[in-house]
Amino acid sequence: MPIPSPIPPTLARWLGRQLLIIALITVLLSLFLVVTFNQRIALTLLYTFCITVCCSICVQGIRTGLAWLVNRIVIEPESGEASHWPGWPLMSFSIVAGTVLGYTLGNELANQITGLNSPGILDSSLRRGLTIMLISLVPGVGLTLYFLNRSRLEAAETRVQTAQRQAAENQLRLLASQLEPHMLFNTLANLRVLIGLDPARAQAMLDQLIAFLRATLNASRSSSHSLQDEFARLADYLALMQVRMGTRLRPTLDLPPELAALQIPPLLLQPLVENAIKHGLEPAIEGGELRVSARLEAGQLVLEVADGGVGLAATPAADGTHFGLHQIRERIATRYGSAARLDLRAGTAGGCIATLYLPMP
Amino acid sequence: MNAVHPSALIAEDEPLLAENLRAELARLWPELQIVAMAAHGQAAVDQALALKPSICFLDIRMPGLSGLEAAAAMAEDWGHDAPFPLLVFVTAYDQYALQAFEHAAVDYVLKPVQPDRLAQTVQRLKTALAKQQNAPSGMQAAVDQLRALLGAPAPAAPSLRLLQIGVGNAILMVPVDEVQYFEAADKYVRVLTASKEHLLRISLRELLPQLDAQRFWQVHRSLVVRADAIARAQRDEAGKITLHLHGSADKLVVSRLYSHLFKSM
Repeated sequence: MPIPSPIPPTLARWLGRQLLIIALITVLLSLFLVVTFNQRIALTLLYTFCITVCCSICVQGIRTGLAWLVNRIVIEPESGEASHWPGWPLMSFSIVAGTVLGYTLGNELANQITGLNSPGILDSSLRRGLTIMLISLVPGVGLTLYFLNRSRLEAAETRVQTAQRQAAENQLRLLASQLEPHMLFNTLANLRVLIGLDPARAQAMLDQLIAFLRATLNASRSSSHSLQDEFARLADYLALMQVRMGTRLRPTLDLPPELAALQIPPLLLQPLVENAIKHGLEPAIEGGELRVSARLEAGQLVLEVADGGVGLAATPAADGTHFGLHQIRERIATRYGSAARLDLRAGTAGGCIATLYLPMP
Repeated sequence: MNAVHPSALIAEDEPLLAENLRAELARLWPELQIVAMAAHGQAAVDQALALKPSICFLDIRMPGLSGLEAAAAMAEDWGHDAPFPLLVFVTAYDQYALQAFEHAAVDYVLKPVQPDRLAQTVQRLKTALAKQQNAPSGMQAAVDQLRALLGAPAPAAPSLRLLQIGVGNAILMVPVDEVQYFEAADKYVRVLTASKEHLLRISLRELLPQLDAQRFWQVHRSLVVRADAIARAQRDEAGKITLHLHGSADKLVVSRLYSHLFKSM
């Protein structure tokens, strides 16, 4: 009878499916009626078919009408589910009203065809009317439950797929942002020069580059590592940058030993250090200090990247800074929820300070 | 300065790479004299203007002025006593810049510098220097190239209608329509209306993309004028253009990079 199906891909397929469902219900109900009430097969089939078709049309008609009204009055911000499912109270009403109306119409139609005079629900005794209603409602309610569940499952599956796709995209973007081509090629250019000038230093630089690349590639796979590892990777990165920038980059890393074993998402600080160099120190002719530190404050782990560079105001807004920050905020929100946050403020003596507050693991 | 002893300036902020470029050039082109090594954009401009080298190797990403901005600044202030230097841009990785270089037919070298590639550049430079000797027309060609490069990036930011200028504890709201011109002043921008002068705490470089390019014309690296405020453009015998404004005694000098904006219809 009623089929609250998702929107059909094509009309023909939809009609075919409706007919199949109606035929199935007709056969099953007729069999049930023939066996239970000992009625004649051919007539029962005809009546059941007419009633099923009419009920199906009425219930779906009422449901569609109500769903349309609901969508017009309440604009659902969420998924497309809203457009076909009017909600349980309205759906129940659709099924009951549609069944009464459909039964009456179908019965009348069958009477016209056969020339007989089988009474409709409204002309019957209370007991007979209730029996008819119960039997007629079973397919409607059953199908509604079936399709509702199916569309919910589909929606859940879509959500899972979307989430997975987003996670994969984020990983890729994370990787792309950390393997910034400009940094990579400039580092290689320096390496190429060093090989000729100072092979021992070139080897040390290559080792740092290898450690940096390995950490970057691993970061998208593992979910956490220790603060000690994080600071070691920053040290590699800073050493690479120091070869390039010389004394213009003056870094300090400050990790108290008692915090060394704490776990954080890998390379969480990396984009902050990169931003501090790219937007703070590289544009500054004299360069400046860069201080990365960790401390405990009111039960929170506080990680800070402070640079003495050109400062926040000098950073062009559209220069990619926001991707790095956005990506860190996304990562900590996924991991810690609202317990973590990232602040960016101007330093007292110029430059910029990025501070991460993380809950203690 | 002449074909026998060509001179060059290297502007590169990374010391190892600067030294390497110098060494590679010395090997490929022993006659080339490296007259200056600049570690940032402004130093490159100052030294180029003082020493008038025949070639400038300019790193694109440098502190202070970028290589491109440095070249533009040189073009604006270059005198008539020496031909404008041949420009070679140096960059590690910059897809957009490379396209722009190809488009403007500007020579460039990628880092790490490949000796073979650098040899080609050296060959081209020698040819160009010889040609320059016969027909000194370097300035106009360089200006055209720089115009093409400077015009290349077009960041489409929504255009600003109100300037919010901090004065003490207050924020002054000044409609951009009232502004006659903007002038770069170190890290700040002077904002001049018909009656007042304000100071905006951002650089002209940051402000520029936020202005409607149809209505606000850059006429010099440190000057942006509201086109409607211009009463007339006066050209003197040397070809230098000066702008006279409506309702203001200020006169603005147009640099040669932007002189093409002022032509009669």
